[in-house]
Amino acid sequence: MVLTLQTYYGMEKFGAEALLGPTVALALIRELGPVLSALMITGRAGSAIAAEIGIMRITEQIDALEVMALNPYRYLIVPNILAGIITFPLLASIFNVVGILGGYLVGVQLLGVSQGAYFGEMVNFLGVKDITIGLYKSLSFGLIVTWISCYQGFTTSYGAEGVSKATTGAVVTSSVLVLVWDYFMTSVLF
Amino acid sequence: MIEVIDLHKSLNGTEVLKGITFKVVKGEILALIGKSGHGKSVLLKHIVGLIRAERGKVLINGEDISQSRGPAREQLRKKIGFLFQGGALFDSINVFDNVAFPLREKTRLKRDEIRERVLFELAQVGLSEVEGKFPAELSGGMKKRVALARCLIMDPEIMLFDEPTTGLDPATAKSINNLIRETHERLKFTGIIITHDIYQIFSIVQKIAVLNEGRIELIGTPTEIKTSEDPFVKQFFLKGDDHHEKI
Repeated sequence: MVLTLQTYYGMEKFGAEALLGPTVALALIRELGPVLSALMITGRAGSAIAAEIGIMRITEQIDALEVMALNPYRYLIVPNILAGIITFPLLASIFNVVGILGGYLVGVQLLGVSQGAYFGEMVNFLGVKDITIGLYKSLSFGLIVTWISCYQGFTTSYGAEGVSKATTGAVVTSSVLVLVWDYFMTSVLF
Repeated sequence: MIEVIDLHKSLNGTEVLKGITFKVVKGEILALIGKSGHGKSVLLKHIVGLIRAERGKVLINGEDISQSRGPAREQLRKKIGFLFQGGALFDSINVFDNVAFPLREKTRLKRDEIRERVLFELAQVGLSEVEGKFPAELSGGMKKRVALARCLIMDPEIMLFDEPTTGLDPATAKSINNLIRETHERLKFTGIIITHDIYQIFSIVQKIAVLNEGRIELIGTPTEIKTSEDPFVKQFFLKGDDHHEKI
């Protein structure tokens, strides 16, 4: 909604309010949806993964799995990574839809941009490539965040301080890597 | 049979194990005693292959677990049950699922058979009523009993106990020791127990090894250890006596 508001004020100066819809949609689908949803999930789920696996490490639950001749990677790492790869694109898609509808509320209902222009121009400017690349980005962010979080949890050192460090490390490293990888993907794919 | 040969290990630049050698023959239980921080738990984790040896061998029925990898190590681990100091129960699943976990993952038993075996093992450790509870709802002694049931459900040939009675009140500690004795009489496993509970352990084990600064100071039967003239062993038991009297 803020994006719509700011974009509208900028475009109004050039008389290009009709392009509000595609601008908001492209910004969301290409960048903001995948990146912001990834950062939000990192804070919520990445920290939880690192803390949970870290506590399993310091309470010897991971050792117990190994002693039972079971592979801890199969039970703890693989399901989390698969969940990340599936859920990140889904949540980014929801983020995009909600963002576009929020933009509609502000742009069309509050600022008086025509509904036809908002959605019509969006259809004209938005390509399948934009959507697929946005989804690829989310998918790769899912892999990065869950991988880093699992790694941090798995290599937790002993004690509550170790879990705290692992959790912080998971969030900080994942967030930075998401932003760096986003730049790399944008520069290569678009 | 467990055979440890010239085992060396350093952690963070400190030599923790300095050439440990001993043997536990089939069906016997050996108690590993010594001061805290002298490498007892590290030694036990070598025996189950959780820590890799720098030098030396750990033979389980003649096969070196310290050098084995992949399926070969899995096969060796299937023979071993390990009772962790804190129980190491999976805190996200209840008692029944904890005990059933190895059966579900490593066997093709049907649901009813698994249920029967789990309830049997829980009854053996005196905890028939707690199957639906989560580990966080159990006392320290109950956690260790559940952990013991989880170890025993796969009928291990070898049982390793890492301080099974530490942190428990004397009555619960005694009941855990009795449980280990009864289980050994029933299953005849080969075992190693790390313990500070030296007086109660005399009636359970066939041999005692005294670990001092990364070396085996003395190994022998409980009577031999008790009557030993070794200064470290005498001092160790003297302190134990003082502690015992205070209690």
